[in-house]
Amino acid sequence: MYTVADLKKGLKIILDGDPYLVVAFDFVKPGKGQALYRTKMRNMINGSLLDRTYRSGESFEPASLEERSMEYLYKEGDHYTFMDQQTFEQVVMEEDTLGDAKNYLLENLKVEVMLFGEKAIGISLPNFVNLRVTATEPWAKGDTSGNDSKPATVETGYVLRVPPFIEEGELIVIDTRTGEYSTRVKG
Amino acid sequence: MKMDALWLRANVIKTIRDFFWERGFLEVETPLLIPANAPEEYINPIITLPSWQLQTSPEICMKRLLCRGHQKLFQISHCWRSNERGSRHLSEFTMLEWYRAGCDYKTLMVDCEEMLQHIAKTCIPESGYFEYNSARIDPFIPWQRISVQEAFLHFGQVDVYDCLRKGLYEEILTSVIEPALAKFDAPVILLDYPAELAALARTKPGDNNLSERFELYLGGLELANGFSELNDPLEQRVRFEEANRVRSNIGQAVLPLPEPFLDTLAYMPPSAGIALGIDRLVMLTAGTDSIDEIVAFTPEDL
Repeated sequence: MYTVADLKKGLKIILDGDPYLVVAFDFVKPGKGQALYRTKMRNMINGSLLDRTYRSGESFEPASLEERSMEYLYKEGDHYTFMDQQTFEQVVMEEDTLGDAKNYLLENLKVEVMLFGEKAIGISLPNFVNLRVTATEPWAKGDTSGNDSKPATVETGYVLRVPPFIEEGELIVIDTRTGEYSTRVKG
Repeated sequence: MKMDALWLRANVIKTIRDFFWERGFLEVETPLLIPANAPEEYINPIITLPSWQLQTSPEICMKRLLCRGHQKLFQISHCWRSNERGSRHLSEFTMLEWYRAGCDYKTLMVDCEEMLQHIAKTCIPESGYFEYNSARIDPFIPWQRISVQEAFLHFGQVDVYDCLRKGLYEEILTSVIEPALAKFDAPVILLDYPAELAALARTKPGDNNLSERFELYLGGLELANGFSELNDPLEQRVRFEEANRVRSNIGQAVLPLPEPFLDTLAYMPPSAGIALGIDRLVMLTAGTDSIDEIVAFTPEDL
């Protein structure tokens, strides 16, 4: 168990059954008064923020979270299945839980899955992924409209802005932290 | 940043020394390792050797010097309070305390005004104001004085005694009153605390429920705590025992009483004394919101 003295930014605890990450913490103590421990916490499942104030003597259950390397297998409806290549154990995550990460999920992509007990609550992607352009307007030579980007759809269905010279069938690198085009894969 | 902050810190401390020396105060050093602090409900001393503890404040020893006949005293020393760490707290911090025989808390309020104006002139001559949480506090415009009860009624629409009974005092003070005090351009003195919040202070003549205690706030930051000193040894013993009773109820260790202090307290003339956090004063002078910025090392750096 943790006590209020253990509270600090980055601590993970269980509150009402959910794992929470302490994102801000301050110790407050008016002269001659009791100490208050002010925290801001993020629910690690749904991302919602919570303000809570604690007093001396309160205790917390640590949230045991595990990150495991897995491969993305397939999607069925809005359920995404991942598999641990060592144990062949599979976990399923809903589209809502994945958030923007779903834009980069191509079969066999290696990701880190965050597990809270048996439940998968999020994934970390590589910073860069390679995806093939499946649809975009051809580059009109002599275009003087001044547009320096155009929309393109990649094989996961994700749509982003790319430079005008990118053509259908090309492999491009996308930065998963920003969701933006990074460069073209040559050859 | 930190190099400049250390110069500023040294300048603030030198300026405080000059201020009290010029006014005829005796600078003293009293032992940091003592057998007993004044027991308080919510302050936990750091126990070192068996039956010795680090001072949580130099007040016990400084009051014993008043009993010996010294009239005006000041000390800049380190104090320790267990498990206090936040953006405004360090477990080991630097305290300024000063005491005056033959005066009450009103004289200390004037000392505060003169000292902060002197520090602003000497240490931050270009701007001349203190800064906290992007609020500017000007020590040269008239200071505000508000009683604790007025502040609770006016800013919180609640009665302070009601809050104390319901255990909401700290919550209302820190989440409603202090943010309201942060809106003042001048320093604010919150005065006349409910007697139960001032274990070492004299009660107001004719009102046993109120004590002659005040706190100085700049930009909502609590900077100093002063009061007219209680010098009745019997009453003081009762209050220490009451503090220990509360400690025992909340599962904290019962603390030894400072017996030699209680033995000499009857010889203490009517006096007033005040403690001011030097680290916070340097924060206000540097205009930073974090105590980490104005010390050479934080505990985490060590």
